[in-house]
This record gives sequence, structure tokens and C-alpha cells, in this order.
Amino acid sequence: MKNALKTIALAAAIGLAAISGAAAEQVRVGFAAEPYPPFTSPDASGNWEGWEVDFMKAVCAEAKLDCVITPVAWDGIIPALTSNKIDMIIGSMSITPERLQTIDFSDKYYNTPTAVMGPKGVDFDATPEGLKGKTIGVQVATIHQVYANKYFGENGATVKEYQTQDEANNDLAAGRIDAVQADSIALKAFLDSEQGAACCEMKGNVKDDPEILGLGVGVGLRKGDTALKDKINAAIKAIRANGTYDEFSKKYFDFDIYGG
Amino acid sequence: MMSDETVSAIALTELPRKESFFKPHRIVLMGIAALLVFSIVWFMRWDWVPKYSGRLVSGVGVTLLMLASTSIIGFLLAVPIGLVQVTGPWPLKALARGFCTVVRGTPLLLQLWLLYYGLGSLFPQFPGIRNSFLWPYLREAWPYGVAALTISFAAYEGEVMRGAFAGVPAGELEAARAYGMSRFTLFRRIWLPRAVHRALPTLNGETVLQLKSTPLVATITVIDVYAVVSKVRQETYITYEPLLLLALIYLCLTAVLVVGFRYFESKIPTRGA
Amino acid sequence: MADAGSMINWGLLALEPPGWGGVLLAGLWNSIQIAVGGYGLGLLLGTGGAMGKLYGGPVTKDLLEVYTTLVRAVPELVLILILYYAGTDVLNQISAALGWGPVDVSGLAAGIFVIGVVQGAYSTEVLRGAIKAVPAGQIEAARAYGMSPGQILRRITLPAMLPHAIPGLSNLWLIATKDTALLAVVGFSELTLVTRQAAGATKAYLLFFCAAGVLYLMLTLVSNVLIVLIERRYRRGMAEPA
Repeated sequence: MKNALKTIALAAAIGLAAISGAAAEQVRVGFAAEPYPPFTSPDASGNWEGWEVDFMKAVCAEAKLDCVITPVAWDGIIPALTSNKIDMIIGSMSITPERLQTIDFSDKYYNTPTAVMGPKGVDFDATPEGLKGKTIGVQVATIHQVYANKYFGENGATVKEYQTQDEANNDLAAGRIDAVQADSIALKAFLDSEQGAACCEMKGNVKDDPEILGLGVGVGLRKGDTALKDKINAAIKAIRANGTYDEFSKKYFDFDIYGG
Repeated sequence: MMSDETVSAIALTELPRKESFFKPHRIVLMGIAALLVFSIVWFMRWDWVPKYSGRLVSGVGVTLLMLASTSIIGFLLAVPIGLVQVTGPWPLKALARGFCTVVRGTPLLLQLWLLYYGLGSLFPQFPGIRNSFLWPYLREAWPYGVAALTISFAAYEGEVMRGAFAGVPAGELEAARAYGMSRFTLFRRIWLPRAVHRALPTLNGETVLQLKSTPLVATITVIDVYAVVSKVRQETYITYEPLLLLALIYLCLTAVLVVGFRYFESKIPTRGA
Repeated sequence: MADAGSMINWGLLALEPPGWGGVLLAGLWNSIQIAVGGYGLGLLLGTGGAMGKLYGGPVTKDLLEVYTTLVRAVPELVLILILYYAGTDVLNQISAALGWGPVDVSGLAAGIFVIGVVQGAYSTEVLRGAIKAVPAGQIEAARAYGMSPGQILRRITLPAMLPHAIPGLSNLWLIATKDTALLAVVGFSELTLVTRQAAGATKAYLLFFCAAGVLYLMLTLVSNVLIVLIERRYRRGMAEPA
């Protein structure tokens, strides 16, 4: 009996010991805990790979930060930042006026258009008229969710919201939805995969609305964390200037992802 | 098998008693609670509630619909599952026992994702299914949610039914046989009603547990009240207030269930001996 | 579509990359750690809670009643979300108020805390029921011997109530192992989440979800064997339950 109690106490103590004071220079980088190729994707050895992983490594090396990847559910990534579970978000998060009310952003580090894909053999455009009466899948808590609801949802389309982009893609391939709206690069990565190539094709880019779609992707930061923001901005500028940015981008893209 | 005591330890099955509620210390505690509620209402943000109230109500509707349909179908399935474990031929017995073990031994969330993302993505590969009249339903998310919740309820309640069938006193069955009842008549008139009667008290706890499982369907795009609240959180960037409201909603739903079951139980003359 | 067997790529489950077996096992290990930690924390809270509910003052009793009522009436998923975000937030604000600066709570500690608080309420109820099953005469006799409340707890109440508590506590352990899956919703890398990631990355949904199901089932079955052994040990000399 005594032993049992001791064991329990020990187990609890070990659990609590995991709570420790913050290390000096460690920065917890929040990643969406899901495959989002070609930007962030878990691989079979339990590591993360992709363009944004390379970007993070370059920025952290430049800014001399000890960055630790912390996977967080995408739909809770902003609360995780504001409640101090992570220190910054690197998750293809677009800088929008709406998000800026809650969190802060670094300068943009890439900017790509938003597109719509659909099944092969069904012709429609990425316009409110083209998507009328169709079911369109988007990831929750994204600019695409807001955009699709405003432009398509209010014009006779049904918007279905998924927790991860990957699940929306999968449901399109399974024929459960008629279209998916997302970042054009992320869609292209899916269309290059075996499953995507077999079922689906790009239907075109949507009309831009900077108020919703934002002005590019930035590193999400807590408001008031200006020291970190300055470091990140300086590092982005430096890797853009010294060619590191172009070097790792070349591995993934044959065009300039930084955008205009 | 989970005993009644364990079920009531993890699911609320009784409301706190009313008698001698007002004691001196309670008045102080209630004062503190009132202050807490007041500061939650006053200092936190609730301006989003009117905008989403319609959706919240329909979300509660979906939750209740899920709860009612899956509990009822699940219970109907639980009867044969319990019965064959007591009296069935061995292949059926083994099948029913295996079903209960597998379903009760794995998390519901995993079963749900297995059905929706695993099985669901397999269906369209068969043209026969894709062209059938079922396809418009199989495209939707809710049938998978209903299926997963029903299976789970059937497995847990199936264990209860097994105990209930086994626990009907042998003398009653023998008496019925002595009256010359056929096997079927015996089952219909004596065995089934007595077993269901014995299992009824567990339904309260199992149903509350089922209510506590329903929000999982939000992870496969069913818009229940949990999904509505998640949407509020994403659109307004408010972290805690929607969750507090959600907890309050579930608290009320549980309380209604408990009161309803108590009323229902008081209508039944005797509880299973 | 002709041959279903050839559709299954068993190589995806290999322990070494490019197989995802190693990742799944690491997820299982995380799940087990959280289940053990959360269950342990829950037992500590539950022992305190049961004592408080039975022997505490009126205020303690009422507060504990509120705690167990809330946890038993609100879905685990909702509690996990609230505790997961609020837990760290509150800790940080306390720490900031004391001038210690931000506290780094690891995902593991947060998971253990969340599961522990939920389990604490459940085991409060289980242990309270078990303690009530101990004949009052035994405790009165101990009191008559002049034992202190601590001694009574250690020498009489806990050992005597254990056989009554074990069935309930073993069920709580099984619930704890399955509740860890809910942490997938907040993005903690336990078995269910890594399974979903592996499935998403490889598109082999059915294969990975089934594999994870087998791992959970094995955990349950192994637990069941241990539970039977433990029950046998602690029920020595007691009449078989009816």
C-alpha cells in the first residue's frame, strides 16, 4: 500500500518536474500540427521538413535564436500564442487587418495568390457565379474561410470548414465536396501528388481582396514583443540580401515565392 | 464491465439535493459565486452572443438530435448484442464479445476518424457506391458521426444488457417454461422486459456519457454546438468566453437529462431487483 | 480495384523511415506517459477530494461538490480545451505577478495536468464510494486506539477501502488511456494525432487508423491482464463479488 502511494507520488512529481523555468534564449516556434506541404510537413522520422522549416532555420541562425518547433492545432494557434504556449507562429499565416487586432506580425516573407481547385471533368471558374450551388471546402481560421464565406457562401455556395487543409483535399478527392479554396502553392503541391494528379485540377485564382486575403505571409508574434519582432525583421532582411533565402527557395520552387 | 458506481463517478447522474440548502456558509459561498459570475459577465467580452445566438441554438439542436438518435439506435442494437453473448451460438457469441472489446478498447475519436477519413475515402473508389442512391448521404459527414456514436453506445450498453439478461432469475424463466410458453413467447413476455427493466437505471449514466461524447463529431465537420463555438473562437479571436458559455450549455443539457430521467424513473413502479 | 491486398502498403508501418512505425510508437509512448502521469495526479487529487468530501468542513465539501459536478457534466473535450489554454495562462499570470517572468510549461506537463484534473474528479467519486464501504466500526476502533487522522487514513481507511476501489479505479485507468486521444484536438503529438499526420502525409488513412487502433487495443488488453492480477492480490481473503 505504502509503495503504491509512493509510486503515485513519484509519478506526479516527475510530471510536475517537467514544468521548469524558461531557458534564456529559447524561442518556441508554433507550427500547425498537420501536413501542409510544401511548407511544413512531418516526415516518417518524426522531424519537420519543407520550405518554411528551412526558412525558420535560416532566420533563427541569422538572429542567433535557439528555436524549438512546437506543434499546435491550427485552429488554436493564435490562443496558444497569446496564452504564452508559443512565442511565434511560422505557419503560412497571412497578415490581415483582422488578425492584427489580436497579434502582431513581422514583415512578410512570402506572398502567393489564392486559388480554387476542383475535380477533373467538371468545368467551372473560381468566381461566385462558377461556384454557385457547389460545396467548397476550406480550412478553418484561414483567410480562405473568410473569403469563401463572403464571396461564395453569400452567393449560393455551401462552405464546408475543415480543421486541416489536408482533410479538405482528401474530401475533394473522395468526391464529398466540389471544390477547395486555398493557397495556390499548397494546392499545387497536392495536385503534384499521386492522389491529386488522379482526381483534380486547378480552376484558377480568385479575385484579390487585400482586406481579407492580406498582404503576404508574416511571422505571427505577440503584441508588445518588439524585441523579437525587430530581430526577426532584421533576419528576414539579411537572408533576403545575402542570398540564403533564394538558395533554399530554389530547392522547392522555380519562381520567386517572395512575390510583389 | 463498468459498474453503475463507476458510471456515476464519470457522468453526472444525480443533481445535488435540495433539502437544507441554505446554510450560513452557503450564503457566503453564493455571494462569492455571484461576484464571480458578475465579474465574468461584466469584465469579459460577450458582445458576440447576439450575433451567433441563432447558430448556437441550431447547434444545440444538432447535438440533441445526435444524442437522441444514436442512443435510441444504439440501445436497440445493444439488446441483440447482449442477448447473443448470453445465449447465442459460439460464433455469434465470439463476434459480439469481440465487437464490444474492440470498440471499448479504442478511443472514440479514432473510430470516428477511421470511419470518416478511412472508410469514407474508400467508398468513392467503387463506382457502384458512387452511383447508388446512398451516395448523397455518404457524401455528408453526419452519417459517419451517427454511425460512430451508435456503435460506441451499442458496445457499452451491450455489456450492460449482457449482465441484465444473465441476471434475470432462472426461476422466472423456468416458471414461464412450465406454463408451456414457446421460446419466443418466453423471450417476448418475460426475458426481454425483465432484462430491459434491469438495465434501465444504467441508461441515465450512459446517456450522459453519450452527451459528453457528441462534441467529437465536430472534428469531422458536423456543425453541432461545439463546432459553432469553435467558429466563434476563430472569428472573434476570443479564447475563453465562448468555451465558458459552451461549458454552461453542456451543464444545462446534462441537468435537463438528469431531471428527465429522474421523472421517467419515478414513473416505473419498481426498479430491477 | 480488383485486388484489395495489393492496395495495402505494409512498408508504411516499418519502424525505420520511410516507414512511419517509429513515429507511431513514439506517439504511443507519449500517450502512455500522459495517461500514467494524469492518472497518478488524478489519484492524488481524488484521495484528497474524497477525504475532503467525507471529512472536510462544509465549505470544502461544497467546493468539491462543484468541482466533481462540473467535470462530470461537461464533455472532456471542452474541459481539455479550457484547461489547456487557461492552465498555462493562469500560471503565467501568477508567475508574472510574483515577478518571476514567464513559465515554460511543456506540452507533456500541460497534458498531464489536463488529464489529471479530469481524472481527479472521477477518482474523488470512486474513492468516496469505496471509503464509505469501509465499516464505520473499524474506523471508530482506530480512533479509540488514539490514532491520529493521518494514521487512521494510512493504516485503516486506505488499505480497507482498496478492494472496493479497484474495479472503479481500473475503469478510470482505461478511460485515462483513451482520453489522451482527445489531446490530438489541441495539437499534442500523442498517438491519435501522429496517426492522423501519418495518414494525411501518406494518404493511407485506413491502414494507419487501423494500426493505431491495434496499438490502443493492445494497451487496453495488457492493462486488463494487469488489472486481474492486481485485483486477485488485493481481494485476497474477501468474498467473491456477487
